[in-house]
Amino acid sequence: MSIWEYANPVKFMRTSGAILPWVVAGAALCTVAGLVWGFLTPEDYKQGSTVKIIFLHVPAALMAINIWLMMLVTSLIWLIRRHHVSALAAKAAAPVGAVMTLIALITGAIWGQPMWGTWWEWDPRLTSFLILFLFYLGYMALWEAVENADSAADLTGVLCLVGSVFALLSRYAVNFWNQGLHQGASLSLAPGERMAAVYRYPLYLTMAGFFLLFLALLLIRTRTEIRRRRLAALLARENRA
Amino acid sequence: MTELGRYAGTVLAAYGASLVLLVGIIVQTVLANARARRELQEHERRG
Repeated sequence: MSIWEYANPVKFMRTSGAILPWVVAGAALCTVAGLVWGFLTPEDYKQGSTVKIIFLHVPAALMAINIWLMMLVTSLIWLIRRHHVSALAAKAAAPVGAVMTLIALITGAIWGQPMWGTWWEWDPRLTSFLILFLFYLGYMALWEAVENADSAADLTGVLCLVGSVFALLSRYAVNFWNQGLHQGASLSLAPGERMAAVYRYPLYLTMAGFFLLFLALLLIRTRTEIRRRRLAALLARENRA
Repeated sequence: MTELGRYAGTVLAAYGASLVLLVGIIVQTVLANARARRELQEHERRG
């Protein structure tokens, strides 16, 4: 069996329909349990109860970057192998990525105000995240602006390649420029920097929940795009007849 | 029940804004999928 079999829309619809209920159940369970567990964690000695924001901020930021990288992979598959399902998967993922980026930006601003004394700072990581959000908006706008679906997939694929620089920059900005307010990696394994287990385990659970939530939304949205494309093809065929 | 102390407004605002956005994208996804499925089924039924 080859992975390219799933580039067949019929095969994709059949397989995604079978696994979707399990993914939805897993997403609901992990996200709700993780957020409730995180909300009930004790106050941090430095940050007080604002530490609870980490259970939203970190998983959302992680997904914001990784969704763009997933879009990069599926866009490259489209550009190289011309599999329509991969282009539609990239299109389907973008609004979810934009929402994850917005959640990371909003929770970061809300968290930053009491901790840093400011809602916003032109810090390398914050700025690259804002640019990533603008790339998400531009990517979605480009899909809507181009009438021909294949041309739209080509153009958005190229835009995705360019935006990947900012997706990676938003991940490693703290390492590139040793300045700014934002801290380094939240889940460091370095001795003395490791997060306490009382926060680490619920954070792992919410990260799994956000990943499964993205996967569920991606499958549903890709199925929607395949149906829309099928309907458009049927209407075009009727108009030609 | 957990104690949020003097940062209660901050924590609740972060959770509230995030939940609104998450519920929003979930609802939009489900509604768009239902609409696409209905439109395709109606078209295929008409032949």
